[in-house]
Amino acid sequence: MSRYAENPAAVKALIRPAEVHRDVYVDAEIFDLEMKHLFANTWVFVGHDSQTPNPGDYFTTEIGRQPIVMIRHQDGEVHVLYNRCAHKGTKLVIDRTGNTGKFFRCPYHAWTYKTDGTRLGMPLRKGYDGTGLENSASGNDMARVGAVRNYRGFVFARLSHEGPDFESFFGESLSSIDNMVDRSPEGRLEIAGPPLRYMHRCNWKMLVENQTDTCHPMVAHESSAGTAVRIWEESRPAEDAPKPMAIQVIAPFMSSYEFFEEMGIRTWPNGHGHTGVHHSIHSDYSEIPGYFDQMSAAYGEERARAILGENRHNTVYFPNIMVKGPIQQLRIFIPLAADKTLVESYIYRLVGAPEMLLERTAMYNRLINAPTSIVGHDDLEMYERAQEGLMADGLEWVNVQRLHTDGEDFDAIAVENGTTERQMRNQFNAWAKYMTISMQGAGA
Amino acid sequence: MTFPSRDDLIEFVYDEARMLDEGRFDDWLALWAPDSHYWMPLDPDAENPKLVTALMHEDDYLRRLRVERLKGARTFSQKPRSRCHHVLQRPFIDAVDHDAGTFTTTTPFLYVESRLDEQFLLAATARHELVLLDGGIRMKLKRVDLLNPEAAFGNIQLFL
Repeated sequence: MSRYAENPAAVKALIRPAEVHRDVYVDAEIFDLEMKHLFANTWVFVGHDSQTPNPGDYFTTEIGRQPIVMIRHQDGEVHVLYNRCAHKGTKLVIDRTGNTGKFFRCPYHAWTYKTDGTRLGMPLRKGYDGTGLENSASGNDMARVGAVRNYRGFVFARLSHEGPDFESFFGESLSSIDNMVDRSPEGRLEIAGPPLRYMHRCNWKMLVENQTDTCHPMVAHESSAGTAVRIWEESRPAEDAPKPMAIQVIAPFMSSYEFFEEMGIRTWPNGHGHTGVHHSIHSDYSEIPGYFDQMSAAYGEERARAILGENRHNTVYFPNIMVKGPIQQLRIFIPLAADKTLVESYIYRLVGAPEMLLERTAMYNRLINAPTSIVGHDDLEMYERAQEGLMADGLEWVNVQRLHTDGEDFDAIAVENGTTERQMRNQFNAWAKYMTISMQGAGA
Repeated sequence: MTFPSRDDLIEFVYDEARMLDEGRFDDWLALWAPDSHYWMPLDPDAENPKLVTALMHEDDYLRRLRVERLKGARTFSQKPRSRCHHVLQRPFIDAVDHDAGTFTTTTPFLYVESRLDEQFLLAATARHELVLLDGGIRMKLKRVDLLNPEAAFGNIQLFL
């Protein structure tokens, strides 16, 4: 029996001010409703436009469960279309990336579409004369998503034809993407290689919450980062020997509770937020020779200092991506089932900046976020234990109470102690809103 | 050892895999030459392991870190521990340079890793770039190319 479909009150009741019901993580019907409502009503990241640099270049992906193709049209614009022939449903392209030339040609019956989705034609067209095909969706263009926005190279889409516009959905949170792009002297990023793809047997929201969970690194990562610090200290040639890049990347995971408390968390409306307001685990990387001069030449010294002085740690763009500005990394938490999530970790090259920055970025990605990464192993072990532990019937609520105060207003921007779980609560506040906004009886 | 024979090179590759399967990781660490790397590319066409994401690109420090972590009291993802099992095809001897003291082998293999009730299978090819050092064979590079590096994997916790 359906408990949650078209029952916005029951969905909202899963979210209390300082705890959430386990059904948000384990219930299959809730997952189906997330796909139907949450991932249709929100702006979801699709891809970076440098993944499709030339006309006809495409990238296939999913938004929620929807098969999607992002494609560069002849005029240079990037379109986001449903990857389905209007005729019988065949996916038009299935390679992760490729070039379809001037048009899509369905491999099943050779129906064709321009690279902006406009219908072109089919063989033996006269067989449809007088049948009224032109009045059917099948005789029309490829289906388009509700809205698309290319923000400084980052392409987002909203499946629903109604809903918040891009600017009001993201608001000031776009400052984190701005900072990441501004770190290129030319103000431009380019995709650097294929993404890491890491399968997690847990709910996608556990990963999103972990991005601003600052009380886990020194515990869960003691095995990796703690050991890294220990063997470095045992073997370093001298007290003041320069730290190799790998140590610089991994050691800050063992920073103290005080470090994380003082770094601060900022939340924005609609579920967005970031750690590392004042400093972060990315603050103390050694300077890359020549980089500051390039930045100063491009922006002036004062502005260059401001851009590089911003060291935000993890910025969550609700619902399912995280951006690391100082690292030029984007991770997307792709929901596959209530207990299955695919994590893809992309890195970008700062166009016009020294190669050594990309080297650090690529190192970060593989040391922290690969299926072969010991830091990743620490985290996944915890998520999977949680997914299994949540089945315990003795306790059905998950705590998100740390530094909670009564009457929190998530429509206001706030900066708080870096160990607050306010950003997790902010996400669930947005979750309840975008889950139910399009349900029957939502106004009641 | 003056010059390793074909059999010596082949034995080395088998012995190396056996150390991993038997969990003799400290012995395995001793097989490496200075300034050497264990490299598992993510992008099969990658030429520079540093400027594009790799699955692994481990120098001496990172290899030791991985081995030390396996022994840790709070290494929760290794409680219980993982075990692995290599099935090697006979290595091809691709290059022998006695003057330089360098040797290259290529070895297709199947790899099984197991933990708790789970077990997964990977197909891969290892290229060993070997050198003579203090009379013994040592690894300068072990490059492991997965058959499907672009696929999504769960945890791969040991060395292939």
